[in-house]
Amino acid sequence: MDKSPILTVVQPAAVDRLRAGPQGKRPRPAISGRNVMLYGALGLAALYYLLPLYVMVVTSLKGMPEIRLGNIFSPPMEITFEPWVKAWAEACTGLNCDGLSRGFWNSVKIMVPSVILSIAIASVNGYALANWRFKGADLFFTILIVGAFIPYQVMIYPLVIVLRELGIYGTLSGLILVHSIFGMPILTLLFRNYFVSLPEELFKAARIDGAGFWQIYFRIMLPMSLPIFVVAMILQVTGIWNDFLFGVVFTRPENYPMTVQLNNIVNSVQGVKEYNVNMAATLLSGAVPLIVYFVSGRLFVRGIAAGAVKG
Amino acid sequence: MTVFSTKPPGTSPSAVTSSTARPKTRARRPNRLFRNLSAKIASIPMVLTAVVIFLGGTVWTVVYSFTNSKLLPRLTFVGFDQYERLWATPRWLVSIQNLATYGILSLIFSLVIGFLLAALMDQKIRFEDTFRTIFLYPFALSFIVTGLVWQWILNPEFGVQSVVRSLGWTSFTFDPLYNEDIVIYGILIAALWQGTGLVMCLMLAGLRGIDEDIWKAARVDGIPMWRTYLFIIIPMMRPVFVTTLVIIASGIVRIYDLVVAQTSGGPGIASDVPAKYVYDYMFFAQNLGQGFAASTMMLLAVAIVIVPWAYLEFGGRKRG
Amino acid sequence: MIHDNTSFRTDTSVSIRDLSLSFGAVTVLENLNLDIHDGEFLVLLGSSGCGKSTLLNCIAGLLEPTEGQIFIKDRNVTWEEPKDRGIGMVFQSYALYPQMTVEKNLSFGLRVAGVPREEIDKRVARTAGILQIEPLLKRKPAELSGGQRQRVAIGRALVRDVDVFLFDEPLSNLDAKLRAELRVEIKRLHQALKNTMIYVTHDQIEALTLADRIAIMKSGVIQQLDDPITIYNRPNNLFVAGFIGSPSMNFLSGELAEEGGRIVFKTGETRFSLDGYGHAQPLTPGRKVILGLRPEHIKVDHDVAGGEVHEAVVDIEEPMGADNLLWLKYAGQTMSVRIGGERRYKPGSTVKLGCDMTMASVFDAETEERL
Ligand SMILES: Nc1ncnc2c1ncn2[C@@H]1O[C@H](COP(=O)(O)OP(=O)(O)OP(=O)(O)O)[C@@H](O)[C@H]1O
Ligand SMILES: [Mg+2]
Repeated sequence: MDKSPILTVVQPAAVDRLRAGPQGKRPRPAISGRNVMLYGALGLAALYYLLPLYVMVVTSLKGMPEIRLGNIFSPPMEITFEPWVKAWAEACTGLNCDGLSRGFWNSVKIMVPSVILSIAIASVNGYALANWRFKGADLFFTILIVGAFIPYQVMIYPLVIVLRELGIYGTLSGLILVHSIFGMPILTLLFRNYFVSLPEELFKAARIDGAGFWQIYFRIMLPMSLPIFVVAMILQVTGIWNDFLFGVVFTRPENYPMTVQLNNIVNSVQGVKEYNVNMAATLLSGAVPLIVYFVSGRLFVRGIAAGAVKG
Repeated sequence: MTVFSTKPPGTSPSAVTSSTARPKTRARRPNRLFRNLSAKIASIPMVLTAVVIFLGGTVWTVVYSFTNSKLLPRLTFVGFDQYERLWATPRWLVSIQNLATYGILSLIFSLVIGFLLAALMDQKIRFEDTFRTIFLYPFALSFIVTGLVWQWILNPEFGVQSVVRSLGWTSFTFDPLYNEDIVIYGILIAALWQGTGLVMCLMLAGLRGIDEDIWKAARVDGIPMWRTYLFIIIPMMRPVFVTTLVIIASGIVRIYDLVVAQTSGGPGIASDVPAKYVYDYMFFAQNLGQGFAASTMMLLAVAIVIVPWAYLEFGGRKRG
Repeated sequence: MIHDNTSFRTDTSVSIRDLSLSFGAVTVLENLNLDIHDGEFLVLLGSSGCGKSTLLNCIAGLLEPTEGQIFIKDRNVTWEEPKDRGIGMVFQSYALYPQMTVEKNLSFGLRVAGVPREEIDKRVARTAGILQIEPLLKRKPAELSGGQRQRVAIGRALVRDVDVFLFDEPLSNLDAKLRAELRVEIKRLHQALKNTMIYVTHDQIEALTLADRIAIMKSGVIQQLDDPITIYNRPNNLFVAGFIGSPSMNFLSGELAEEGGRIVFKTGETRFSLDGYGHAQPLTPGRKVILGLRPEHIKVDHDVAGGEVHEAVVDIEEPMGADNLLWLKYAGQTMSVRIGGERRYKPGSTVKLGCDMTMASVFDAETEERL
């Protein structure tokens, strides 16, 4: 790049001061070897990550004859939304042929109360742990956190027995309880760490003013922790929506969440494989977490970084 | 109690009733149980979960793994019979072998790919947010969705294999999901697609946490970039690597949904994994004892990863 | 004094020509010129965010200037990599490589550069000797105290055997006592090595004690470049006058007037004769000005040696051991005066003041430049 202004503008002193030779920014070609490598590598990686999404979309928009003839990467010659309609309303699992819509609504019925319940419990727990430490609290908390690493398979059967004793095995409420239990470690950790980071003077001042446990929670802590509630919500919405194992184990077929139903539709051995319907169904199941992801952006990153321990 | 001790005497109205304050505190002492009562009541769900489900459930499963429970749990102890049978079952051996192959490769590739992507992202690039969004979105998707997409892409009749063949390389063969020998690599590809974005994010956060001056000092010293990464930055990121490793490892042991969706454990039992073995024995084969024994083995595997880490991470910190 | 310097001195070590730097729309440095002599200790002093580190990083080659040139030892290094510029740099956060021993920290750059083994050993040994860190060579940075770490960081610049040392607030992370110790050591180091040193700080004591010359910066522009005594006694403008000195200079606003053929400073009913004041610009009557007087240049009671005598009321007294600081109400404005620590005054008492006008500063109220 030529940095001529200083030299051409009528300003003799400046001309005197500068000597010949390099000045200003080092000239760099816009396309340097380094940049080609850098953006080339990033672009290739991006392609690998985007490819499946692309394949899902184009396959779901093709008709079966076109799929049999063409290759999976080519864009649809004739766009059809039929597979989407079929996936939503007509695809069969076992005897039911009312499509994924049933699973979708089941998932909604499971997710909404689970998210609310688990966040309510965990936020109060986190608050109690951060501000009202009592003897033994840390021990229980440690068990909880260690428990987050225990494979679910170890605890599933005892939990089945507990739910059966409570009379809610196989029902939606049973599954909601299970989600609240297994969401507890990570959410409690999240909330505890957040409340610990708040200035302690605030809490002390409120106590001196005579406020009690619940008053401080609702009047002071809640209004100050909106961001962390959003992070927790993102974590739980995607986590619960994407759950498969608890869905299969703790519900009856009529209550199956969307993931289980999707798997049953696609992997059913009966009938002709309709790949376009399968991909439409897959996209439909992925839509909710994807929308949450694209809308929440950086908060999502914060949430998964916190929730990563959950594995 | 803090309410009383922090109030300066004389300024509070309770000072007037100081004659009654003394017996009151004495009366409160025996009732330690009721101190912070609301907090204790609010913590009941946590305590129940920790004690009954996490602790109780784990102990229960371990205890019942020494019984010959079939359809229903029964307390007839048979010593290590279930474990002996487990380790004599070819299906379990296959699933352990799969877990080992998958685990080691997934650890290596996740860390390498995740770190490389993070290092590329750390070069003050343009469109960083776009790239981050692209690398991370698979993590928002469930394993079921992941498994089904890659099942489709790896479908030999229509997927990658057929596309490459149609380009002229007619002998090209890549059908991991239908080939017992390489099916686990097919699952690995899908798992890496889903999970490396997260590793990248953790690594990038680690890279961003490194003092800018270290980079400057290395530049003044004339140390080339790759050497700075290799000999200075990566050693400095040890804690990030350890945390990431634990996260990946505890995810590896649990792998279940992905296999169910992508291969259903097939062809045959070639892609079986321990978690699936446990589930099948508990809920289909009606052989609870086997399921309990297998899940106890999973617990052991996790413990082998977690305990040394927790010891180094928390045990060491307390002393240092 | 800065801008008329168009000739190149043969003994310049670092020379900066018309340097500008902006981050996007934010201009941090603008048209900056600076010549640093061989073996000089130059301190860049200024408040936080004024661009000191930015300038230093430009000299080091860690930042690319938007405009202008940089010469080191009469070589145009504007486009050169930091390692090829013949500089060594010390950072505030030490920036030691934490996984390497002290010895490795010192030698890593040399090894990468392919310096022969014996030469490396020789230089490390010499550096360790100079800085007295021989016993620490096998330790890792985490096992060192802050002062030792900074010594190692200085050592890392030293082994490079370079002409120019750059320091970016090297002592800011240390406690007051260590800071004073290391300050002396750096000064000793400079006297022994006689290298050019450019030192960034926002601590004026460090600047005044270490520097051959101080460059005072404000928003990316050098306000004054002079030796410490001149900076202290003859500040170029109001900013420099206020920035240097603690407690800071007293400022009285008023105007110039002519009375009985003499130029006086007039504020309210009070007059200060400007007889002894060595002015650089004509003192025209009627001009709005600000009179600056350092607390120690005002004499109190029996120290007043003739000349004009003013009267003021003591507002507050701040005894500080060696000296005693009086805050006075004078002509409706507040003034501080430094007197001996043994002399005490009660608030409300009246004192006599005499001012040494040869040490005063007069600034134009508008341009804030020294007259
Ligand atoms: N990378 C950057 N992008 C945008 N602005 C920057 C960047 N680096 C520095 N600045 C701005 O440039 C100005 C000068 O920064 P610089 O670090 O040189 O200040 P400084 O004098 O060293 O201050 P301090 O005493 O706090 O170290 C600041 O206002 C800062 O906000
Ligand atoms: Mg700085």
